Amino acid sequence: MAESSLISLNNVVKRYRSETVLKGINLNIGAGECIVLVGHNGAGKTTLMKLVLGLIRPTEGTVTVLGLDPSKDRSELLLKGLGYLPERVAFYESMTGLEVLHFYAKLKSEPISECDALLESVGLTDAKNRPIQTYSKGMKQRLGLAQAMLGDPQFLLLDEPTSGLDPVLRRQVYGLINRKCAEGKTVIISSHSLNEVEAQADHVVIMNEGEIVTNGSMDALYKQAELPVVIDLKVAEGVLDKLSERLNGIATTAFVGENKVELGCSLENKLIVIKELMSLDDLVEDIHIRPPKLDDIYLHFIPNKAAPAEQKEGDRV
Amino acid sequence: MRAVFILATKELNDGLRNRWILSIFLLLGSLALLLLLVSSAPGGTVKVSSLNIGVVNLTSLTVYLLPLIALMLSFDALVGEFERGTMLLLLTYPLARWQIVMGKFVGHLVILMAALLLGYGGAAVISLLIADGSSAGWENYLAMMVSSLLLGAVFLVIGYLVSLLARERSAAIGLAIGVWLFFVVLYDLGLLGVLLVDKEQLISQELFSFLMLINPTDLYRVFNLSALSGNGEISHIAGAIEIGSLSPLMLISACMGWLLIPFLAVIGLFQRREV
Repeated sequence: MAESSLISLNNVVKRYRSETVLKGINLNIGAGECIVLVGHNGAGKTTLMKLVLGLIRPTEGTVTVLGLDPSKDRSELLLKGLGYLPERVAFYESMTGLEVLHFYAKLKSEPISECDALLESVGLTDAKNRPIQTYSKGMKQRLGLAQAMLGDPQFLLLDEPTSGLDPVLRRQVYGLINRKCAEGKTVIISSHSLNEVEAQADHVVIMNEGEIVTNGSMDALYKQAELPVVIDLKVAEGVLDKLSERLNGIATTAFVGENKVELGCSLENKLIVIKELMSLDDLVEDIHIRPPKLDDIYLHFIPNKAAPAEQKEGDRV
Repeated sequence: MRAVFILATKELNDGLRNRWILSIFLLLGSLALLLLLVSSAPGGTVKVSSLNIGVVNLTSLTVYLLPLIALMLSFDALVGEFERGTMLLLLTYPLARWQIVMGKFVGHLVILMAALLLGYGGAAVISLLIADGSSAGWENYLAMMVSSLLLGAVFLVIGYLVSLLARERSAAIGLAIGVWLFFVVLYDLGLLGVLLVDKEQLISQELFSFLMLINPTDLYRVFNLSALSGNGEISHIAGAIEIGSLSPLMLISACMGWLLIPFLAVIGLFQRREV
């Protein structure tokens, strides 16, 4: 955790009438970190982002951003450079994409000359003169991302930035986000597509029913979860017994098909197992290592919930 | 001020794009022209300026139409943005909430001003050209146009209040129509009813004047008809009071109150509103 926190939430509780949406959140985010908030629908991710933005006030506890209360010192805070993409982004439907971006650029006192380049970076150059009402959900999402990046803000909050995008566009969007992370911007992303954001995350915060279940770096979470590394092997015939004998105590073995074996071992034993496999020379024809994914970690910490990615698929049906 | 200007320009562009300005201009302009031409027809032996008669007729028209137009422009201004989700994004930009309200207000006011100037102003010019009438009473006509804009401004602000109090657009439109009905129709009917019942004249002239002050549409009527009170054209409830009992200063103060108090209420409520 960073020593000088850009964002700090201390015992934050948020209640709407009788419903408690956040239950005592403690979180510190340092400048330049790339944070991924993970959780199913209703876990409190969007509420947490709105608290950081100062759009809502905590019922209990304190939220500070750059040492300021975001719900009170808004203008000073917002002028420091903030980009936000809401979960369900909406624009003025009768305006064109370019007009929308010009409007927001002027509000941010940014030159409107940067709008064309931003639209190009999200692949909307051809549609820039079309009214928003003709845009698909994915196009609106990309326009939302372009507006969030207006003025190259130091601090980006992206609430499900790839929802509604096809795989090619998702990759483009994550490319953009990666670039921002590499430039040292502070980025907070909430996402259902856990495996996609894995590469971006310095720090993962897993939330469930208004609480932080766990948080830390990807490596720390792997270790904490103690999930096995899975190694797929293609082996010569009749090797399974020999393999089981050699790996006894350091890995589990399972015969999964013709000449195919699936090994499971702990993160610490990974190298030992690989060395053992290497010593088997030509008995092992192919190796494929599968480290645990963020989805697996999520399921480990929230076992009773469906994986968010699966839930999202279900939502679409 | 920059943010207010940007937001006002957006509202103005929206007004041009969705033909609001054009429709209000056509509506007000055609009705004004019709009334002015009728007013300029020979009216017996009494020599009264056609513009003065026009003011009386247009006041009666404006008092019904303009509050409705202003409410239609403003009822959706905030609740619509909340409902569509555009407010969420707007609030993450470096601008204060009062600037959002002020920006919308300035934009809507310019829309009303353009429509009034072109509609009422244009109608006056055309009627003078066609009917070859006298331009006497132009200052009363101008005062009527300015006060019409003020009436519109008051109902714009009331519309923003409606827009904040209603949680959905459908509720806001119902509330806006209710507000219009109350101020424009029911309030005066109620007052007339009270006057009819009050045979022993328990309600003093001062109380009655005060009751007129707390309705912006009555303020508008009194303001415009007071200039013509010597001409005997006054009808409606405004004629029921001794107009001299309400000084122009009092009328202007009441009007400013009607602008400021709802405006401050809008800002106060908006500041507290969570998105």
